[in-house]
Amino acid sequence: MIGPVLRATLLRVLVVLVCAGLLAPIAIVAILSFSGAPYLQFPPRSLSLHWYQRFLGDARWRSAVLNSTVIAAMTCVLSTALGFLAAYVMARGTLFGRRTLAALLLMPLIVPHVVTAVAVYFLSAKFGLIGIKPWIAVAHSVVALPIVLVILQSALETVDPNLERAAMVCGCTRFGVFRRVVVPLALPAVVSAALFSFLISFDEVVISLFLAGIRSETLPVRIWNSLMLEIEPTIAAVSTLLIALTTLALTLDWLVRRLRDQRVRAG
Amino acid sequence: MRLTRLASLLLILSALTLLTLVFLAPIGWFLWASFAELGSVGDIIVETRETLGSGAVAAAILNTNLIALEVTLLVLLLGYPLAYGLSRARGVAFSLILVCIVLPYFTSVIVRTYAWMVLLGRNGLINQVLLGTGVIDAPLELLYNRIGVVIGMTYVLLPYMVLTLYAAMKAMDPRLLQAAEGMGAGPLRVFLKVFLPLTLHGVAAGVLIVFILAIGFFVTPALLGGPGDLMIAMLIEREIELTQNWPGAAMMTLVLLAVTLALYAVYSRVADVRKAFRA
Repeated sequence: MIGPVLRATLLRVLVVLVCAGLLAPIAIVAILSFSGAPYLQFPPRSLSLHWYQRFLGDARWRSAVLNSTVIAAMTCVLSTALGFLAAYVMARGTLFGRRTLAALLLMPLIVPHVVTAVAVYFLSAKFGLIGIKPWIAVAHSVVALPIVLVILQSALETVDPNLERAAMVCGCTRFGVFRRVVVPLALPAVVSAALFSFLISFDEVVISLFLAGIRSETLPVRIWNSLMLEIEPTIAAVSTLLIALTTLALTLDWLVRRLRDQRVRAG
Repeated sequence: MRLTRLASLLLILSALTLLTLVFLAPIGWFLWASFAELGSVGDIIVETRETLGSGAVAAAILNTNLIALEVTLLVLLLGYPLAYGLSRARGVAFSLILVCIVLPYFTSVIVRTYAWMVLLGRNGLINQVLLGTGVIDAPLELLYNRIGVVIGMTYVLLPYMVLTLYAAMKAMDPRLLQAAEGMGAGPLRVFLKVFLPLTLHGVAAGVLIVFILAIGFFVTPALLGGPGDLMIAMLIEREIELTQNWPGAAMMTLVLLAVTLALYAVYSRVADVRKAFRA
């Protein structure tokens, strides 16, 4: 039998190792991106912003960033708006087959992106929609919607329906209740949903790969095309920017949640 | 305030329209049109049997299953202790472990895959370190083969398992463990007879979700694998990008979709899919 101290130490070592394994690849890419060497070398012997300059100096990379930003912004607005309405129904509505409906709305999470991508590509090719940015955003919204729904539904379920009743009693119209009570109370979750839907679209690869065409190459598609040729260090710089964006989104989400918790405790 | 049935329907209509027009209908239309191209029902059956029985497709289906199984097993082996550690950790340690899980979880799949290309390559960091310290004389082949695919996919899918298992462990009543200890059970016995059985539904949910996601993987195996690691999703992409073989792609899509949905049906009985995607 192994003693309790040894067992606890063993578990701790295992946890630290797996955590290191999870964080190390991302951290190493971030460090490498500042390397001054012409190839990937760790630890970097000299530091420079060489790869960032190369990335920002390239018109094709710049347009990829722009395309991704535009598409992600449109996805964010569309999926958050539609997701909010659907989440409100899920939390408050009376509908037949709510479980079936929920399973249906969450399906794009489970169905492989390749299936969605191929099917939408088939449709897009028929109607000449390849490379149209708003259309790519619509396709991204399909996979972002379930996440928005999950975030907003759980938030709306914690909002006391009596507050809405109280507003109605005080003479507020239905739309007024929605605008003055429901939306403000769910605002932190709306911000979270918007952040994550933006991130999902900004990082999406497979659907963009099929729909982007030549005109609307997004950042992940550009990375993909570049990786097909060689593992060049410019991608380390691009990756680091994407990691920074993820970190920023997660931090903002954490701040918003903390703010909400404080408000709940204060109220 | 409850909504009336009509109001509910009107509000959810927008989301349903999006889902129908850009998800359900295209999938249905793509499958229908591609199969219709083949002619009569008899032709379709013959053609389907031929396609699915052909060497490349059969190999891809086998690869997909094997890779998904290996990855699921590895993810479980690594994820269980990590989830246990997370459920026991408090304060700063808890936050640190959570960051290690959540940051990669929300980082772009292509970035995570690229990170492993950098690490596993012939001149990659792992080989540099091992050669530099004299552990090996010749570089190990870790990239563009099965090893690379399994490592990369394990890395990408690990957070799903950990978060699922953590939820199961967190929901457990700690007094049950104390009761078992109080009645004289040793630590191993408490683990095997109480803790493990009470987390089994979490294990089932984690295994299912990881397997479901693994069989549809595309980006990671495409970038880290070699010619022998073709998975079904990659084959579907190839049929369309390279040969414009819509019927072939439709058959494989149908198989992948059917298996995914069947497993999803089982999964929804064990767990709530919303939990797997909420951090």
